[in-house]
Amino acid sequence: MASVPATRSRPARFRPRRTPVPSARPPRRGVLSYWRQYLAISPFYLVFAVFSLFPVFFSLFLAFQRWDGLSDMTFVGLQQFQFLVKDPVFWQSVGNTLVIWVLSTVPTLFGALVLAALVHSVRRFKGFYRIALFVPNVTSIVAVSIFFAAVFSNNFGLVNAILGLVGIGPIAWLTNPWLIKVVIALLMTWMWTGYNMIIYLAGLQAIPPEVHEAARIDGAGPVRAFFGITLPMLRPIILFTVVISTINGLQSFSEPQVLFGTNAANASLGGPGQAGLTTLLYFYQEAFMNNDYGYGAAIVWAFFLLIIVLVVVNWRLVQRGRKE
Amino acid sequence: MTRRWGGIGAHVVLVAAVLISVFPFVWTVVMATNTTTDIYHSPPKFTPGSHLLENVGNVLADIDFFGSMLNTLIVATVTTALVVFIDSLAAFAFAKFDFPGRRVLFGLLLVFMMLPLQLGTLPQFIIMSQIGWVGTLQALVPPALANAFGIFWMRQYISGGVPDELLDAARIDGCGFFRQYWNVAVPLMRPALSFLSIYAFVNSWNDYIWPLIVLTDPSRLTLQVALAQLNVGHNTDYSMVMAGVLLATVPMVAVFALFARGFIAGATEGALRG
Repeated sequence: MASVPATRSRPARFRPRRTPVPSARPPRRGVLSYWRQYLAISPFYLVFAVFSLFPVFFSLFLAFQRWDGLSDMTFVGLQQFQFLVKDPVFWQSVGNTLVIWVLSTVPTLFGALVLAALVHSVRRFKGFYRIALFVPNVTSIVAVSIFFAAVFSNNFGLVNAILGLVGIGPIAWLTNPWLIKVVIALLMTWMWTGYNMIIYLAGLQAIPPEVHEAARIDGAGPVRAFFGITLPMLRPIILFTVVISTINGLQSFSEPQVLFGTNAANASLGGPGQAGLTTLLYFYQEAFMNNDYGYGAAIVWAFFLLIIVLVVVNWRLVQRGRKE
Repeated sequence: MTRRWGGIGAHVVLVAAVLISVFPFVWTVVMATNTTTDIYHSPPKFTPGSHLLENVGNVLADIDFFGSMLNTLIVATVTTALVVFIDSLAAFAFAKFDFPGRRVLFGLLLVFMMLPLQLGTLPQFIIMSQIGWVGTLQALVPPALANAFGIFWMRQYISGGVPDELLDAARIDGCGFFRQYWNVAVPLMRPALSFLSIYAFVNSWNDYIWPLIVLTDPSRLTLQVALAQLNVGHNTDYSMVMAGVLLATVPMVAVFALFARGFIAGATEGALRG
C-alpha cells in the first residue's frame, strides 16, 4: 500500500485524533471519488463478467450436471469425468490434438527462427520479406482449409497431380489417419510461421549490435555467435512463442471442422476413423450436435487442465535450458 | 567474398519461403479462373484461365454471398468500433490513474487472457438462447467485446505514448478525466487505435466457431460460415469453391496490404513489452 510519510512514524493509536497530519500529498480520497475511472473501465468489466467470467464458472458447474438444454438439470457429481476417463473417443481426440500440435509447432517455431535470422541478416528487402511472410496469418482459417482440401484432394488435387508427373501414385492424403494429421499440421504451419517469425525478428532487432561485434572480435563464427549469444538472448521471446503456440495449437478446431466436419459419408466428425477429431471438435460434437451440455462442459474442462499441464511442462523445459 | 555469397544464400532461402507463403493465393486465382475440368486434367493447367465470372456466378447461385458479406461487414464494423472505444478508455484509466483495486482488476484481466475462449462457449450459447438472440447477428458482438488482449496492449502503448506532462497541463487547464481522454490521449493514440481496429476487424471477419454455433438460420450467415458450406458435398466443383474463397479473401488481404507496416509494428509491440 501507499508509503507512510515520515511524520507518521509514531504508532497511529497514540496520535491525538483531531491533529491534522502535515503531509505533502493530498488527503486520501474515498473510493467513490474515483467514479470516473470506474466508469471508464466498467463497460469492459460488465461484458467481461457476463460473457467471460460467468460462462467459465458456469461451464465448471455444468460439468457436474446432466443436461440436454431443455429438461431439468440433474446433479451427477463426478460421473461425467468418470465416463470421460474411460471414453476411448475422448482419448483418441486428445491423442489427435497432441500429434497435430507437435507436428505443427516444431516446424513452425524452428522455421520461424531460421527465417527471422535470415531476414535480420540481409540488408535489402527486409520490409518486403516481413510483409510477404506474414500475410498467411491474416487469411481466414476457413479459406485456407478449403484451399488445402482442394490441393490435397485424394483424386485430383494438385499435390497428387504433381506426384503423378514424377510417377508416384496417388496418395490418400485425406483418408489415411496419419496423413490427415500431417495435412492439418501443414496448414497450421503455413499460417503461423510468419507470425512467429515477426516476433523473433523484433527480438533480434532488440539485441544491441555491439554484443555481436564483440563476439566477432573474439573470433566467434556466425554459427557460434548464433548459439552462444543470439539464442540465449532470445530466450524470453522463445518462451513467449512456446506458450502462445501451446495455447493456440491445442485449440485446433476450424481446420478439421472445415476439412472433415461436413463429410456426408461419415456420421461422426473428424474424417475417416475420426483421425482428425481434435478435442475441441469432439466438444463441439457432444455439446452442440448431441446436445449433451454436461458432458461437453466436462470435455472442455478436462482439456483445459491438459493445456495447463503442457504449458507448465513447456515452461519448465525452456527454463531448464537457461541454467545450462 | 564469403559474406556476399552468404547474403545471396539468405535471399535464395527467403524468396523460396515467400513463394510458399504466397503460393496458395496464386493457386486460388488459377483455380478460380479455370473450369474444374481444367484443374482435374493431367497434367493440370498452371496458368489463369478466363472462367472467373462463370465461377463467381455459380458461387452467387449456391450461397447468398453478398448477403453474408454484408452481415459480416456489419458485425465486424460494430464490433471494431465498440472494442476500440471500450478498450482504449479502460486502458487509459489503467495506464494513467491510480485508483483502489486497479492492480487486482488488471491482474484478473491478465489471468483471463490466458484462458482458452472455448471454456465459456457453451454457457455463452445458453445465455444467448435465454435472451432469444440465437440466430441473430447481435449475438456475435458481445463475446468479442471482452477483449482482454486489447486492453493489455493499449495500456502498454498509452504508458509510453501519452506523456504525463501533457495530461498534467490539461488538468491544470481544467480538463476532467474524460476530456483528458478525448482531447489529449485519443489524438496521441492514433497509431495504436488503428492497429487495434485492424486487429479487431480481421478477427471478427475471420471468426468461425462462434458464428457456426450461434447462427442457426441459413439465410443469415456470416461469410466464413457460408464459405464453409460451399465445401459440402461429394462432387465438389472446386473452381466454384475457390472463386468463393477468392472473393472472401481479397478484401482482407487488401486491407492488410494497405496497413501492413503499422500492423506488423503494432503486433510485435504487444509481444515484446509483455
